[in-house]
Amino acid sequence: MTAFEINNVNLFYSDFQALHDVNLKVNKHEITAFIGPSGCGKSTLLRALNRMNDLIDGCRVEGEVLLNGVDIYKEMDVNVLRKRVGMVFQKPNPFPMSVYDNIAYGPRVHGIKSKPQLNEIVERCLRDAAIWDEVKDRLKKSALSLSGGQQQRLCIARSLAVQPDVLLMDEPTSALDPISTAKIEELVIQLKKQYTVVIVTHNMQQATRISDNTGFFLMGEMIEYGKTSDIFSVPSDKRTEDYITGRFG
Amino acid sequence: MSSKRKIINILNHARVYFGIGVSLAILLSILLLIIINGIQSLSFEFVFSLSAPRGFSLMPMIINTFIIVIFALVIALPLGIGAAIYLNEYAKPNSNVVKVVRACIVTLSGIPSIIYGLFGFLFYVIALGWTWSLRAGIFTVSIMILPILIRSTEDALRAIPVSYRMGSYALGAGKFHTIRKVVVPAAINGILASVILSIGRVVGETAALLLTAGTLLDMPQNLSSSGATLSVFMYLITVEHGDMQRAYATALVLMTFVLGLNLLANFIARKLKKV
Repeated sequence: MTAFEINNVNLFYSDFQALHDVNLKVNKHEITAFIGPSGCGKSTLLRALNRMNDLIDGCRVEGEVLLNGVDIYKEMDVNVLRKRVGMVFQKPNPFPMSVYDNIAYGPRVHGIKSKPQLNEIVERCLRDAAIWDEVKDRLKKSALSLSGGQQQRLCIARSLAVQPDVLLMDEPTSALDPISTAKIEELVIQLKKQYTVVIVTHNMQQATRISDNTGFFLMGEMIEYGKTSDIFSVPSDKRTEDYITGRFG
Repeated sequence: MSSKRKIINILNHARVYFGIGVSLAILLSILLLIIINGIQSLSFEFVFSLSAPRGFSLMPMIINTFIIVIFALVIALPLGIGAAIYLNEYAKPNSNVVKVVRACIVTLSGIPSIIYGLFGFLFYVIALGWTWSLRAGIFTVSIMILPILIRSTEDALRAIPVSYRMGSYALGAGKFHTIRKVVVPAAINGILASVILSIGRVVGETAALLLTAGTLLDMPQNLSSSGATLSVFMYLITVEHGDMQRAYATALVLMTFVLGLNLLANFIARKLKKV
C-alpha cells in the first residue's frame, strides 16, 4: 500500500531549483528515510509533503504529490492535508503553554471541545509517545520546563493528537543527546504500527537502525531509492557508495 | 591573574557600581523627598473625602484620572494590537506601505504632547463642540498612546520564534487561529509592558489634558463633564496656588496610583497567561 506517490516533482525557490524530477513511493506502515549531505534537498522534499514550503515566498512546486491517490496541491485544502500529515521539527518546539494544552491544541483547532474527550486524547497520545509516566503529574506545568528529549517526545505526542496518517520527521534527534535519541528511535519504530513515518536524517546509523526504505539525495536529485538493507549493503550507484562509506558529506 | 589585570578588574567594577549607585541615589532621593513631604499633609480627608471644599479632596481627580486611563486603553489597546498584528504578521515586510506606516508611528511617538493637546483642543473641543470634557481628553490621549502600543506590541510579536508558528501550522491551524491562540498569548508580557508604559504616559500627562479635559475640580457627572486629572491638579496647585504641601501629597497619591495600576495590569496578564 502506498501513502505518498511523488511524480516528477521539481521544486524552485525563486530562480534556484532545489529538487530535480523526484519520483518515489512511500509505503504505508513503513519508515522511509531520506539521507544525503546538507543542502541536498531532503528536507525540502519532506516539507513538500505537507506543503510547509507554501510559507516560503517564491517557492514553486511542479509535478504531482499524491496522498492516497489525491493530489495534495490541487485537490486538497492545506489545513486538511496538515491534519492528515503531521510534522516533527529538528528543534523541539513545544508551545509556551502547559503540557496538557500543547497536546489539546491540535484537537481544539479541529473543533473538539468536550473535556472528557480531550482528557482521553491527551493521555492516549502521551502514552503513545512514551512520555506519559514522566509528565502525568505535571500536565498543568509549562511544557518549556521539560528537558529537550522530553520536549521532542511531547511534540511527537502533539502531532499524534490530530490522528494523522503520516508523520514527517525533520532530523528529529539532531538537537538531542544519545540517550534521548535512543528513546525517540525506539518510539518511531513503535509508531510505524499505526502510522506511516518519513524521516530526514543526517545520521546514517539512524537510517540503518530504524528505516525500512532509504532514499539518497544529492544536489536536489534522488540518486537511489530502495530497501534500506540494500542501499547500505549493495548500493547500485557509485555516489551512494561514496556517501555511505564516508567519502564525502 | 597579573596585577595589572587585577587593577583593571577593580576599576571596571568600581565604574559599574558607581553608575548604579548614582542612578539609585537620584531615584531614591526623589522618592524620599515626595514621601517625607507628602506624608505630612496627607490625610484620609484629603484623599477620600466626598464633601470637602473644592481642591481639598483628591477624590474627583482620582476618579477623573481613572476614567481617562481606562477608557483610553479600551479605545487604543484593540487598535494598537490590531495594527501591530497587521504590520508584523500580515503586511509584506519592507513593502512601501509598511515603511510609510512605520515612519509615521515613529514620528508620532516622538511628538511633544502639547501638539496632541492642540489637536485635541481644535478638533474635539472646538470643531466637534465637545467643550472641555473627559471624552475630549480620552480621545486625545488615546491617539497619543497608540504609537507606544503599536511599537512595543510589534516588538513583542517579532520576538516570538517562527518555530511556534510552524508548529501550529503543521497541526492544520490557520493563520488567524495561530496568531490568536499561540502568538499573541506568547507575547502577552510584551503587550503588558506597552500597557504599563501607556498608563504611565496618560497618568503623567498634563499639557494635552489641560487643553482638552479642562481643569474643573468637581466630581464628574458624565463623560462630557470637564475634569482635572491628578497631574493637572498638581500643576494648578503648584503654579496657581503655590501650595507645595498639597502638591507633595498629590504626588504621593499619584505614585501610589501608578503603582496600583501597574500591579493590576500585571495581575490581569498573569490571569490571561495560562501557565
